[in-house]
Amino acid sequence: MESTALIGWFADLTLADRPTVGGKGGSLGELTRAGIAVPEGFVVRTAAFDAFVCELELESPLRARVDALAADDLDGITELSGELVARVNGAPLSTLLCDTLHAAHGDMLGTDARSPLAVRSSATTEDAEDASFAGLQDTFLWVVGADDVARQVRACWASLYSVPSLAYRRRKGVPEAGVAMAVVVQRMVDARSAGVMFTRSPTTGDRSVIVIESAWGLGSAVVSGEVTPDRFVVGKITGEISVREIRDKHLRHVPRATGGIVEEETPRELREKPSVSDTELMQLRDVARRIEKHYGRPQDIEWAIDQQHRLRILQSRPETVWSAKEAAPVAVAKDNPLQHVMNVFGGRR
Amino acid sequence: MKGFPLPSSLQVVPGTERAQAAYPYYMQFGPEDDQRFWFYNAMHFPEPMHAFDSVTGEAAYCALGAANTRVHCLPTTKGIDERIINGRVYIGGVGVTDPAEIRERTDEFMQRAFYYYENWETLYASWKVKMLALIEDAQKLPPLDLPKYEPLEHVHAGRGIASNHQLLDTYQKTLEGYFRMWHHHFEFLLLGYGAYMTFFSFCKKAFPEISDQSIARMVAGIEAEIFRPDDELRRLARVAVQLGVEAPFQDGSTVQTILESLKDMGPSGRKWLEELESSRHPWFNVNVGDGFYHYHRSWNDDLTMPFAALPSYIRQAKAGDSLERPVAQLLEERVQLIADYRELLGTDEDRAAFDQMIGLAHRVFPYVEGHKFYCEHWYTNLFFNKIREFGRLLAGHGFFAREEDAFHLTHYELESAIVDLMQSWSAGSPPRGPQHWPAIVAERRAAIEAWTKHDTPPALGPVPEIIDDPAIVMLWGITRESLDAWLKAEDGGDSRELKGFAASRGVVEGTARVIKSADEIGRLRDGDILVCQVTNPTWSPIFHKIAAAVSDIGGSMSHAAIVAREYGLPAVVGTGTATRRIRDGQRIRVDGGLGIVTLLD
Repeated sequence: MESTALIGWFADLTLADRPTVGGKGGSLGELTRAGIAVPEGFVVRTAAFDAFVCELELESPLRARVDALAADDLDGITELSGELVARVNGAPLSTLLCDTLHAAHGDMLGTDARSPLAVRSSATTEDAEDASFAGLQDTFLWVVGADDVARQVRACWASLYSVPSLAYRRRKGVPEAGVAMAVVVQRMVDARSAGVMFTRSPTTGDRSVIVIESAWGLGSAVVSGEVTPDRFVVGKITGEISVREIRDKHLRHVPRATGGIVEEETPRELREKPSVSDTELMQLRDVARRIEKHYGRPQDIEWAIDQQHRLRILQSRPETVWSAKEAAPVAVAKDNPLQHVMNVFGGRR
Repeated sequence: MKGFPLPSSLQVVPGTERAQAAYPYYMQFGPEDDQRFWFYNAMHFPEPMHAFDSVTGEAAYCALGAANTRVHCLPTTKGIDERIINGRVYIGGVGVTDPAEIRERTDEFMQRAFYYYENWETLYASWKVKMLALIEDAQKLPPLDLPKYEPLEHVHAGRGIASNHQLLDTYQKTLEGYFRMWHHHFEFLLLGYGAYMTFFSFCKKAFPEISDQSIARMVAGIEAEIFRPDDELRRLARVAVQLGVEAPFQDGSTVQTILESLKDMGPSGRKWLEELESSRHPWFNVNVGDGFYHYHRSWNDDLTMPFAALPSYIRQAKAGDSLERPVAQLLEERVQLIADYRELLGTDEDRAAFDQMIGLAHRVFPYVEGHKFYCEHWYTNLFFNKIREFGRLLAGHGFFAREEDAFHLTHYELESAIVDLMQSWSAGSPPRGPQHWPAIVAERRAAIEAWTKHDTPPALGPVPEIIDDPAIVMLWGITRESLDAWLKAEDGGDSRELKGFAASRGVVEGTARVIKSADEIGRLRDGDILVCQVTNPTWSPIFHKIAAAVSDIGGSMSHAAIVAREYGLPAVVGTGTATRRIRDGQRIRVDGGLGIVTLLD
């Protein structure tokens, strides 16, 4: 197997590669190619996962045993999950994959081999965009060194066999043969502030505004809901800031000296300060517009601003809630355009 | 039931009963008025009315009502009733609720209003011709003169009619012209606002969080005549720099000093004065207010306001600012703005409807923005100045001390004084007026002072379940929601916050300057926050001085919002109570993006 079959650099990937690099990986490739500032990285393709599972299957069956589980057999799921997670985490990676990961790690970081990376699951199932599926698989932040990267790639794979993941797949009746996982490995943003933004209002579905949520530190605190973020509503076209809710952001996620991340109390003087400046809001708006234009549909976007105040995009996925119930037209053209004024003059019918 | 005080519960301020009685009987509240909802028209009449000035309400509502009730036949509303108490103008709409009558009126409306929309450009072109002819008629009214003997040439020409008759003739023509002007004013207005509101409501549905100002920016004209006076000032500033005569324009210098210095500056100074004259006619025929009060003098009457703006424009011109509004760029931005919103619409059907509605809004908007210069400014100045001439004549004959005192008489009373003078001239005996009017004038002057200090409720009577009157919603921005907010404020409200329309974004903290009338504008200092009852586009020259603007009244049609935006100032309009709740000199924070004013001390 060639190493390019095992990994793909963002700059070489598009959405069309989703079957082998997952939704997240495909999207990061697409964004990179569109000129959006995405932290550099590569994706460990599903082929690597498939080869790994094949080896495991040779020892003893794995997928068939999951398929055999009943959706409501929580005890069975729990028992098997414990066994499979341990098996995955205990199995060695192939020499080819280890070499490939070390080489890619070196190519990316050069002499700066201690630069921290993020290792993120990138699932390929149809349901990957489903909000209830997102978050079932693990992401590892602030991973340092090629050996740890390899270990966390395997840990991502193992998370596919966690109790919630298995329970979810059994409930949905997803056959194991189609289950695969890609893993994103990219440079970690040492975020001063981070958050999410929606290119249509989550509350009203309005496409003319961008709703931005932001807090201090890494975005994981916002995504996990551990902190109430600042909230801004910015005119997509006009740049007006029509809503500006500055919240008490009592905690933040920051890197731990030994690797990984840690939750800490936000310094008192920062807690009730806006976590992004007006200039940064305008930068966020600009990039959100570019991404939405690129995809041609509303997006939910994760972003971070690093300690040097540089904006980076971490993920973009299509908005699903409002798009799914695309409303009937507000008004339709009339044979006589003047008929429209009867909406004002005709009274409440 | 939730409601405002009943009209019958309002007390005339003690000592002003006779001044109150001076208003015509049909403007006095009666017992049956308790059954209806009224609101204080602080948008157009933010100050107590002099007896004469109440003619503006009368003439305007005669014309507004005629257009709505009888000419275009708006299906769900007729005209406006008007009452005055303590000098304050309260108005109430007359809705149509009977379904059969609405159907009948809808049929009429479609034959009438639709014809106007379809032929808008032609009708508007002829409107301007009519309006300029009316202005010319008013300008041609003869000067007032009562000679000792009828001029010999009149006698030899066999004129037969003596000079005293011409007083009555001129007075009646003056008054007639004013009533006529208001018909022209309302010929298109409601239809214009209606077409705009149609587009506005569509945008609010398609983009629930769109700001009023974004919608206004898609429709607003770039070269509207109402911008012209300010453009002329910028031009004069540029010319002063080009001619090298900018030295006399210093902050704080009087108009007199500046003009005299220019006369002493040789050909360049004279050249600038010529340029000034060409700007003045007609563009300085703008009022420092809305033109609804006789003391809203025009720039032409008093150059203080335009000259106050010149020093800073000149400083900008010297710093290399062209001071020209970038018309081509503004137009391009408007085109882009429209295209961007259009693209975000959900369906092609929406885009087709959007095209139809914005097309209609663009068609009507030149009138909506343009008529004010001709009606509220130019014509109204001519009218009040002609009445002032009668005041001068009567003051000269001892009817009262000053020409301005004439405005303490109603237009009926003024006619009676004129007839008195005509009689006296013809009889060769003294007029009766000098014994009659001075005491009345003194009484009414005192009443205006007392009323100015007296607070008046924003509305009276029961609150209607729904407000389904397009005229009231469009012209006054009054909705059920805004009334609820007013009611809450009447209860004392809770907080240190006032909520209004987010008119122009930005956050500023500063000193509030509560300006209750145009002649207080001189109290504004650099960096003050203007707090007023209604902001007015002809105040634009002071916008470069202030840090933010807050008003009691104003909504989506508020021109002030657009001016504030052009100057990049935060503005919150339509707060209902700002001039009553904010103290002069108080520190406040204005958040123009959220529409919130916070009282800081």
